[in-house]
Amino acid sequence: MKVLSYLLQKEFLQIFRDKIILIMMFGLPTMQLIIIPFAMDFDVKHVNLVVLDNDHSGMSQRLISKINSSGYFHIVGTAASYRQGLDYIEHENADIVMEIPPAFERKLVREGRQEIGLFIDAINGNKAGLGSSYLMRVIGDFNEDISLRFRNEKTSVSNAGIQTENMVWYNPHGEYKYYMVPGVLVLLLTLIGGFISSLNIVREKEMGTIEQINVSPVQKWQFILGKLIPFWVVGMIIFSVGLLVQWIFYGIVPAGSFLVLYLFAGIYLVALLGFGLLVSTFTSTQLQAMFVAFFFMMIFMLMSGLFTSVDSMPAWARTISNLTPITHFVKVVRMIVLKGSGFADIKTEFLYQFLFAVVLNGWAILNYRKTS
Amino acid sequence: MKQLSAFITKEFYHVFRDRRTLLIMFGLPVAQILLFGFALTTEVKNAEMIIIDHANDISSQKLISKFGSSGYFIITSSTEDKAIDQAFKEASAKCAMIFPSGFGNDLLRGKGAKIQLITDGSDPNTAKTILNYANAIISSYSQELNPLPAPSLQILPVPRMLYNEDGNGSLNFIPGVLALIMMLVCTALTSVSVVREKELGTMEVLLVSPFKPILVLISKAIPYLVLSLANFVLILLLSVFVLDVPIKGSILLLFLESMLFILTCLSLGLLISNRTASQQTALLTSMMGMMIPTLIFTGFIFPLDNMPMVFQWISNIVPSRWYYLIVKSVMLKGLGFEYVWKETLVLFGMTLVLLAVALKNFKTRLS
Repeated sequence: MKVLSYLLQKEFLQIFRDKIILIMMFGLPTMQLIIIPFAMDFDVKHVNLVVLDNDHSGMSQRLISKINSSGYFHIVGTAASYRQGLDYIEHENADIVMEIPPAFERKLVREGRQEIGLFIDAINGNKAGLGSSYLMRVIGDFNEDISLRFRNEKTSVSNAGIQTENMVWYNPHGEYKYYMVPGVLVLLLTLIGGFISSLNIVREKEMGTIEQINVSPVQKWQFILGKLIPFWVVGMIIFSVGLLVQWIFYGIVPAGSFLVLYLFAGIYLVALLGFGLLVSTFTSTQLQAMFVAFFFMMIFMLMSGLFTSVDSMPAWARTISNLTPITHFVKVVRMIVLKGSGFADIKTEFLYQFLFAVVLNGWAILNYRKTS
Repeated sequence: MKQLSAFITKEFYHVFRDRRTLLIMFGLPVAQILLFGFALTTEVKNAEMIIIDHANDISSQKLISKFGSSGYFIITSSTEDKAIDQAFKEASAKCAMIFPSGFGNDLLRGKGAKIQLITDGSDPNTAKTILNYANAIISSYSQELNPLPAPSLQILPVPRMLYNEDGNGSLNFIPGVLALIMMLVCTALTSVSVVREKELGTMEVLLVSPFKPILVLISKAIPYLVLSLANFVLILLLSVFVLDVPIKGSILLLFLESMLFILTCLSLGLLISNRTASQQTALLTSMMGMMIPTLIFTGFIFPLDNMPMVFQWISNIVPSRWYYLIVKSVMLKGLGFEYVWKETLVLFGMTLVLLAVALKNFKTRLS
C-alpha cells in the first residue's frame, strides 16, 4: 500500500507540473463544451428557393406568396430562365428552383391540372428530401385552397379520417442541445482521457525512467494502478466540470440519479484509461502512441452513435459499435441525463462496460513487461 | 539540387520508417470512407415501436400490419400504458402508438378516430423522422378507407433531383471526409516534422550546415505533399469504385485544387511545428485541438447556415470549409474554374499568410 501511495504522489506531481498539459486537460474541454453545442443543429431550417415564373399571373403570384408565407422557404430570387435559376444552385445560393410554365393559370383553369417543375439540389439527400416534401405539402394545401375558392368545393379532410395526437417526451420542442451537450461532454472526456493516458507509460519509456521502475520491487499491478488512479481522478473532475457547464450554460440538469451517473462514469473511465495504457504498452514513442490513439478515437467517435443513430446501422456495424466502450457511455449518459433512467434500466450497458474495464486493464497489465 | 534531393530522401525515410505513421496516413482514410459509405446513415431504420391496442378490432389490426410491413418499424405490443415509460427508459423502444377502445367503430362511423403517437425526444432527429414516417403511413391508410375526391384544380409538382438522381447517400459526405482527412492528417504529420529535429537535437546539425533554412522547410514539406497527393488519389479511387460516386468535373482541376489545399495544410503544419517546443504539444494542438472544430466547421455534418452568425464568421477561417465547397462544385456538380475561383483565391491567400508566418517563426538560432 505504501509503494502505491508513493507512486501516486509521483504521478500527481508529474501531472500538475506541466502547465500546458494542465490547460489542455481542463481548459480545452470546458471551452469546447461551452461553444461547440451551439453549432450542432441538424435541423433543415432554411430551404432557399428560386422562382422561375413564366406566367406572371394572379395564380402564380398567389402560389408564390403561399409558399413564402409558409415560413419554411426563403425565396432568394427570381430567375428569367432555367439557366439563370440553375446558376443560383451552382453557386450554392439556392436549394430548389421552381419553374412555373407559361400560360399556367389559363391552362390550369381550363384543363383542371397543370404541372410545375421542381429542380432540387440532391447532393445533400436529407435536405433535398425534406425540402421537396414540405414544398409538395404546401402545394397540396394550395390545391385545396384554390378548389374551394374558385370551384367552391370542399375537399379537405372532414372528421372522417384518423386524427393523430403527437407527443414528444423528455424534449417537447425537439431541441438539439439536449441531445448534443451530453454527447459532446462524453466525447471530450474520451478524447482527453484516451490521449493523455496513452501518452503516459510511453513517456517513461522514451525518457528511460521506466528502467528505474523495472529494477525496483514495484509490482506490475501497482505500477498500472499508480498510472490509472491519477488520471481517473482527473477524468472525474473533468466530468464534474462538464456537468456544471451543462447546467450553467444550457440549463440541463440530470433527470436521473447522480449516483448512477457517477458510478457509470467511474467504470467507463477505468475502461477508457485501460485502453490508453494498452496503447501505451504497445508503442515505443509518444508520437506512435498518439497516432494509434488518434486512429482509434476517430473510429470510436464515428461508430459511437454520437452523430448518427446506432440502430440504423447494418448488423455488422452494430456489432462493432457494441464493442466500442464509448457507445455505451454515450447511450447511458443520454438516458440518465434526459430520461432519468435508473440502474435497473442500464444494467446491460453496465455489464458491458465492466467487461471492457476488466479486459482492457488485464491486457495492459499482461502486456507490460518489466524485462525488455 | 543534389543537396535538396538528399534531404528529401532523408525525410522520406523518416516517414516510412514508422508503420504507425502509415496507419494514420492510409488506414484512417480507408476506414473512414468505408464507415461513412456503409455504416453511418442519418436515415432512421428499425425503430422499435410499442403498440398498445385498446381497441383490438379489424381497423386497428390493419393499420398495425401496415406499420409492420413498412420496413421502418419493429413492432412489439403491450397492454399497459406504463410499459412505454419503462421501455423509453431502458431505451428498448423509440416510439409508441396507442389506439383507444372503440377505434374501429369511430373510424367506420366517421366520428373521427383518434390515435396517440408518442416519441422519445431525447434524440430529436430520430423523433422527428419517426413522426413523419408514422403520419405518412396513417394518412395513406385513412385515404384508402375514404378516398377523397381529388381537388378539381390541381397543380402537380414534378420534382427532379439534380446531380444525384439515384439518391446515393455517399455523395454528401465524400467531399466532407476528403476535406476532413486531408486537413487533419496533413497538418498533424507536418506539425511534428520540424519540432522533432528540435527535440532530437539534430536541428543544430542542419543549422550549421551550408544548407539554406528555406530549403530545410521545403525538403520537409515535399514528402508530405507527395504522400498527401497519394492519399487523395486513394480516397478518390475508393469513392469512385467502391461507393459509386462519379467525378463529373475536370480531374485535372480537382487535382490542382487539392494540391493547393494540401499546401495550405502543410503551411499550417509547419507553422505549428515552428511555434511549439515538443512533438507532444505539436500533436496535441494539431490533432486534439483541431479535430472537433474541423469536424464541425467544414459544414458537412451540421449545416453552416443553422449556426449563430459568430460561428459562421469563424468557419471562414477554417480552410477545409473552402475546400469542401470546391470539391462539391467540381467533383459532384461538374462545374468549371469560373465557379470556384473565389474559394481558390481564399485558399491561396491563406497559404501565403500561413507560409509567411511559418517562415518568420522558423528560428535559425538556437535558444
